Amino acid sequence: MKTGFLATAAAAVVVTASVAAGAATLDTVKQRGFVQCGVNAGLPGFGNPDSAGNWTGLDVDYCRAVAVAIFNDPNKVKFTPLSAQQRFPAIQSGEVDLLSRNTTATLTRDTSVGLNFAPVTYYDGQGFMVTKKLGVKSAKELNGATVCVQSGTTTELNLADYFRSNNMSYNPVVIESNDEVNAAYFAGRCDVLTTDMSGLAGTRAGVAPVPDDHVILPEVISKEPLAPAVRHGDDQWFDIVKWTVYATIQAEEFGINSKNIDEFGNSQNPDIQRFLGTSPGMGKALGLDEKWAYNVVKKIGNYGEIFDRNVGPGTPLKLERGLNALWTKGGLMYAEPFR
Amino acid sequence: MATQTRTTQGAPPPGGVSFSLSDPTFRSIVYQILVVGAVIAVGWFLIHNTLDNLARRSIATGYDFLGREASFGIGESLIDYSPRDTYGRAFLVGVLNTLKVSVIGIILATIIGTVVGVARLSSNWLIAKLASTYVEIIRNIPPLLQLFFWYALVSDSMPPVRQALNPLPGVFLSQRGLRVPVPAPDPVWTTMGIALVVGIAAAWGVSRWARARQARTGQPFPAGWAGLGLIIGLPILTWLAGGAPLAMDVPKLAGFNFTGGAAISPEFFAILTGLTVYTAAFIAEVVRSGIKAVNWGQTEAARALGLPGGPTLRLVILPQALRVIVPPLTSQYLNLMKNSSLALAIGYPDLVSIANTTLNQTGQAIEGVTMIMGTYLVISLSISIFMNWYNKRIALVER
Repeated sequence: MKTGFLATAAAAVVVTASVAAGAATLDTVKQRGFVQCGVNAGLPGFGNPDSAGNWTGLDVDYCRAVAVAIFNDPNKVKFTPLSAQQRFPAIQSGEVDLLSRNTTATLTRDTSVGLNFAPVTYYDGQGFMVTKKLGVKSAKELNGATVCVQSGTTTELNLADYFRSNNMSYNPVVIESNDEVNAAYFAGRCDVLTTDMSGLAGTRAGVAPVPDDHVILPEVISKEPLAPAVRHGDDQWFDIVKWTVYATIQAEEFGINSKNIDEFGNSQNPDIQRFLGTSPGMGKALGLDEKWAYNVVKKIGNYGEIFDRNVGPGTPLKLERGLNALWTKGGLMYAEPFR
Repeated sequence: MATQTRTTQGAPPPGGVSFSLSDPTFRSIVYQILVVGAVIAVGWFLIHNTLDNLARRSIATGYDFLGREASFGIGESLIDYSPRDTYGRAFLVGVLNTLKVSVIGIILATIIGTVVGVARLSSNWLIAKLASTYVEIIRNIPPLLQLFFWYALVSDSMPPVRQALNPLPGVFLSQRGLRVPVPAPDPVWTTMGIALVVGIAAAWGVSRWARARQARTGQPFPAGWAGLGLIIGLPILTWLAGGAPLAMDVPKLAGFNFTGGAAISPEFFAILTGLTVYTAAFIAEVVRSGIKAVNWGQTEAARALGLPGGPTLRLVILPQALRVIVPPLTSQYLNLMKNSSLALAIGYPDLVSIANTTLNQTGQAIEGVTMIMGTYLVISLSISIFMNWYNKRIALVER
């Protein structure tokens, strides 16, 4: 009896898993003709379909960047919208090749969940949003509050830790879908909405009926390094995703962007020559075309362009670079050398 | 064994088995072995492959995580729980929450379903039509949508917590649910609970004695009234003897929320109302079919014997109707219990919701899913066993 339902439970994972485990991910992706990418179902600025149904966002752009690195075509990618709870089974089972869904890199996820995290694409931290009417100025005043939170997130854990370490109590309302969490908060079911600061900014800008009725409290209660993730067990695929992220950061450091990249074609700087593939070697090492990094920057842009386009000051989210500035400008964005 | 050398056309010897595919007995044994073998092989393949894949990706396996600290909060719980407790205890909280909504839901759905089912048979045109409309509308809308409806009803139509409605002294109704005053803790409540149990046991004893006496002497005894008196009277006597404490724990608005009193959260309200209303529509049909199944002649015969209306229903109609009602009613109970997993969508912390959070935090999806399935199986089988026992008890004893 026991083995009976164990098998049923396992079947879903196994049937797809046995396929995925058979071949190298890069070969599977090439044969299939597109990258299957797991993204957020609706988080403005990170993963969200626009009014025409096209996927947009910072996380989405990294899916497209990987597609460009492989196929030189930003549209050779299919998106699977995933809830916070669905995301890990989806990547574990091979349903998606790449999980780019504002996912915090943590030790547990890196080990027992079986993921490998590419470089961080957005340094975030968890915050609280409340209605202005409450007159709350600090998270320290939230004792006894009802807090809306999405299930299956690090947010849920940080929330418990924060209230515990400050000797405060709270009443969680935990809902699976992001949309329903937001709906519950805006309907007044909760006093507080908590998620990553970027998520709060996106929700306030894109979902709130009147954005100015809500304030984001100043406290940042956790470190949330958001990074794309792949499965354990395929180092080549991991390398491709990792260096695609680095390529966007390195390009910004070089001062290369999607508009001026062709001016660097004759650059005598050996670093830039290696980066753009004019002196070969880097592409072959990854199993990609020599011009992969050129293509990524040309078609998707450097990190600064991706940031500004999706979440920067010119967007409804109005986020500053902050920690996400280049290391040369006091931020944390740092690419390992291309050599 | 001479049978082995028989030709395929040969008939098997009486009482023996011929080892030939043309022999129906032998053939059926072969097919059964093949089917069982195939099932075992597929099962083994799936398990082996899963474990192999998990090991290759170095994903953790096993149930050790149940002893680790959960470190997530749960909105409502029947037992003490804090994020410091283990995943195992968090799961137990979920199981108890599922049982709470299932048990209360089953009781309410049975009452509403019976009333509506009887109302559909009413000779009063308005009552019959109202009951039919209720059944037809409710059972044709997916339960998940109904849950969203009930949940939105609370969060959108109720006032914010600081402008809570106060229909009765101490009772507050807001987007945060219902807060009611409860008697302040006092040792006498425990004693009253014991008195209640004693009262129920005594009432049961009295009714047995009354039935035996009536069978022996033909003398009826008002066992119902005596039982009611025992069940209500004993706890009240204890309460009076305990000094009749009247102190109440009244909810007060403090900071963000009400504190004190007892609360019904909007999530619990939505899941309970949704499941009760939905399942009651099906139970109404079950009850109606059960009553319809009893021939009108039975009623006429009972009346001809001089039985009044009440005993006719209780002694003649119901015993025959229940025979038809109980098996499908069991399915409805099971449906209600299983549908409680929809609570996930509206944030009621049932066992699926908590197991999902757990498997997400630990990454151990297969273990989490087996725990969910195992628990539902145990609860379902328990309901089935109880209902089968009840069904056997009320089955017609033909003489």
